[in-house]
Amino acid sequence: MDLSYSAEDEAFRQEVRDFIEEAFTPDIRRECERSKNGYITKQSHETWQKRLYEKGWAAPNWPTEHGGAGFTPTQKFIFTQEMEAAGAPHTIAFGMTMVAPVIMKFGTEEQKAKYLPDILASNVWWCQGYSEPGSGSDLASLQMKAEDKGDHFLCNGTKIWTTMAQHADMIFCLVRTSNEGKRQQGISFLLIDMHTPGVTVSPLVTLDGPAEGAQEINQVFFEDVKVPKENLVGNLNEGWTCAKYLLEFERGNPYSGGLYRALDKVKKLAGDVVMDGQPLIEDEDFGAKLADLERQIMVMEATELRIFSEVSAGQNIGPGSSSMLKTRGSELQQEVSQLGMEAVGQYGLPFVEDTLASNNESDIGMAGVAPVTPRYFNYRKTSIYAGSNEIQRGIISKAVLGL
Amino acid sequence: MDFSFTEEQTLLRNMVQSFVQDNYDFDSRMKIVRSEEGMSREIWGHFAELGLLAAPFSEEMGGLDGGPIETMVIMEELGRGLVVEPYLPTIVLCGGILSRHASDAQKETHLPGIIAGEDVWALAYAEPQSRFNPADVLTSAKADGEGYVLNGTKAVVAAAPWASKLIVSARISGDQRDSDGLGLFIVDKSASGVATQDYPTVDGNRASEVTLENVSVGADALIGAAGNGLALLEEALDYGIGAVCAEAIGHMKCLNDATVEYCKTRKQFGVPIGSFQVLQHRMVDMFMEYEQSVSMTYMVNMKLTESEAERKKAAAGAKVQIGKSGRFVGQEAVQLHGGMGMTEELNVGHYFKRLTVIDTQFGNVDHHLKRFAAA
Ligand SMILES: Cc1cc2nc3c(=O)[nH]c(=O)nc-3n(C[C@H](O)[C@H](O)[C@H](O)COP(=O)(O)OP(=O)(O)OC[C@H]3O[C@@H](n4cnc5c(N)ncnc54)[C@H](O)[C@@H]3O)c2cc1C
Repeated sequence: MDLSYSAEDEAFRQEVRDFIEEAFTPDIRRECERSKNGYITKQSHETWQKRLYEKGWAAPNWPTEHGGAGFTPTQKFIFTQEMEAAGAPHTIAFGMTMVAPVIMKFGTEEQKAKYLPDILASNVWWCQGYSEPGSGSDLASLQMKAEDKGDHFLCNGTKIWTTMAQHADMIFCLVRTSNEGKRQQGISFLLIDMHTPGVTVSPLVTLDGPAEGAQEINQVFFEDVKVPKENLVGNLNEGWTCAKYLLEFERGNPYSGGLYRALDKVKKLAGDVVMDGQPLIEDEDFGAKLADLERQIMVMEATELRIFSEVSAGQNIGPGSSSMLKTRGSELQQEVSQLGMEAVGQYGLPFVEDTLASNNESDIGMAGVAPVTPRYFNYRKTSIYAGSNEIQRGIISKAVLGL
Repeated sequence: MDFSFTEEQTLLRNMVQSFVQDNYDFDSRMKIVRSEEGMSREIWGHFAELGLLAAPFSEEMGGLDGGPIETMVIMEELGRGLVVEPYLPTIVLCGGILSRHASDAQKETHLPGIIAGEDVWALAYAEPQSRFNPADVLTSAKADGEGYVLNGTKAVVAAAPWASKLIVSARISGDQRDSDGLGLFIVDKSASGVATQDYPTVDGNRASEVTLENVSVGADALIGAAGNGLALLEEALDYGIGAVCAEAIGHMKCLNDATVEYCKTRKQFGVPIGSFQVLQHRMVDMFMEYEQSVSMTYMVNMKLTESEAERKKAAAGAKVQIGKSGRFVGQEAVQLHGGMGMTEELNVGHYFKRLTVIDTQFGNVDHHLKRFAAA
């Protein structure tokens, strides 16, 4: 057991910092600071991801044969930690960390050649079509139909809560291809071009009050959409296997770096807010709250280090651990955002619709305040999406405790 | 000891309830919130016709002689409808200060316009640096002949965009946070030197930053004795707490009902999600939070007219409870609605947002816990 980093690791850390220094431009930085929901403009996401691509760091989780960064587990951890600590944009997960591993594992050679390079280079924007109005936690009940029409599938149905679908070129969908046997057995994993006739996207407005066109989630409708047969990934009616494989990637992310960063923002706000003539951060009770959250984040970090040190690149961490990280990570995200809102007090009330387009000068009361309360509202999502925390606890009780 | 409502109070509740049901469904509410002005003068006019704007004032002032319990009943029902029209700032806060402490001449000048629904009032007491301490006042009131000249900035003044009159706290003497030396002044929003920056707030209301630059007011603008403003203000804020507690239990009741109903009908895994024990217990906790909040809401509203010490302790205690319960109920209502709870389409999120703002209004949980300990 050893907590220290080697000299090579420290050199790598410096390289990451140098990269961030150069690529994390003031414009992108400002958007990240002012985002209500963790996303920035499409253009900025793409600019950022292409810079990573040029550096060879676009895909820390991919095996090197497909262009993965080839990090050691420790390097991967350092990379994520530095990115989070800087508050750099998150790589949009749908292509890079969700569909790509599925294509690598279950796809044909043609599919790998067709999709992976564009994902790596961020040429194509993906979104995730799992949930339906009637099928959220109970995903296997999904109804969107794909009928076999010889050379193509004919798709009808709807997907909901689809993150950033308004920007997407491609969607990976779980579709029903059979009603026989167990419900999980009639599901297939299908890649659909969003520009196909019959696909429409309609925005859903979340509690943070996004500006027009900047909504986080959407409903996607499919009306007689023709999808080429070659877009099926894995075997027909075996999409559930792909889905389960993917979900563990969706949940198996480190949180601590982002949490430290978010807590730093709260500290900064609490340093700017005055209470009875003193900075709020000097208040003993508020200080105790900050300290306890920081301590809990440290616990998270230690747990992550322990779990991630045990796996090597390209592997996922297994259902019990990923559910634990997702549950605790999301709860802490919510608590930090809540403390931020408490810190700003009355100036958490004014509402600015387009926080991305605006700047600190347009904030009411104090710099940087406009996204604080919307973010608190928005972050209620973290215990709902990617498998609700009730579902995660169910997984742990079943898979780990054997209950 | 009696926790029952009188027949008149029950009639009042029924009247407000059916008015809100008939005229203020969620769609109408959202139309009003998204309108240019952000409130409905028409609805406000109806409130006047129904006597709601007269409720807490004495009969000789043209009112209906109601007390905190009547206000509580009204606020709870307005809460159920998520009503944005400024009953709290105009009637409870400013109207309350005027009726309790203004001179007869001031009452005669100002109350008729309030009761008739012609004037909206806003209480401008907070300042950029004051956080939740109403004594922390930099706005100055310098004696000038018979009257005063006001200078300063007031923060997040609820309903100010709609108001024609403001009650402004300003320092006549003493240091920034002294409890002595404050005055409450009636200021015309159209007076020269008054400027506002208006904006929506996250809960669908409107507020303003108000700056006062050499605003001259007459002697008749001062309410009560010079220097005694803080006592009047603290009392008004406690009345405000009684009112928002009532509003909040209206929200919580709606959220709990909606959540139970949703969990009975929403099916996953072939069964209603309400059949999962973990959700059942969550809803039981929400129910218990609500019930305890109701108790404290009744308690604080009965104690508003008691001694200052009792009033303060009850107000602080109730505000802590409402803050905690409102947060729990709001968050869990969203959680149990899943993705649906995250959308603006459903009223659930809007109750949650208003409850969130109520925790901040008049001081949050931490603030009132300290106040409770000191009381
Ligand atoms: C902001 C956001 C972004 C999203 N992005 C995407 C996306 O890009 N693509 C996509 O496919 N989906 C996406 N989702 C959907 C998300 O995965 C679902 O919302 C989630 O799975 C919950 O489903 P539901 O909303 O239908 O709620 P339901 O499944 O109806 O759940 C309602 C409540 O019941 C509880 N519950 C359900 N079953 C059980 C049980 N067995 N035991 C105990 N409690 C239970 C839940 O925990 C929840 O509290 C997103 C959601 C949000 C909020």
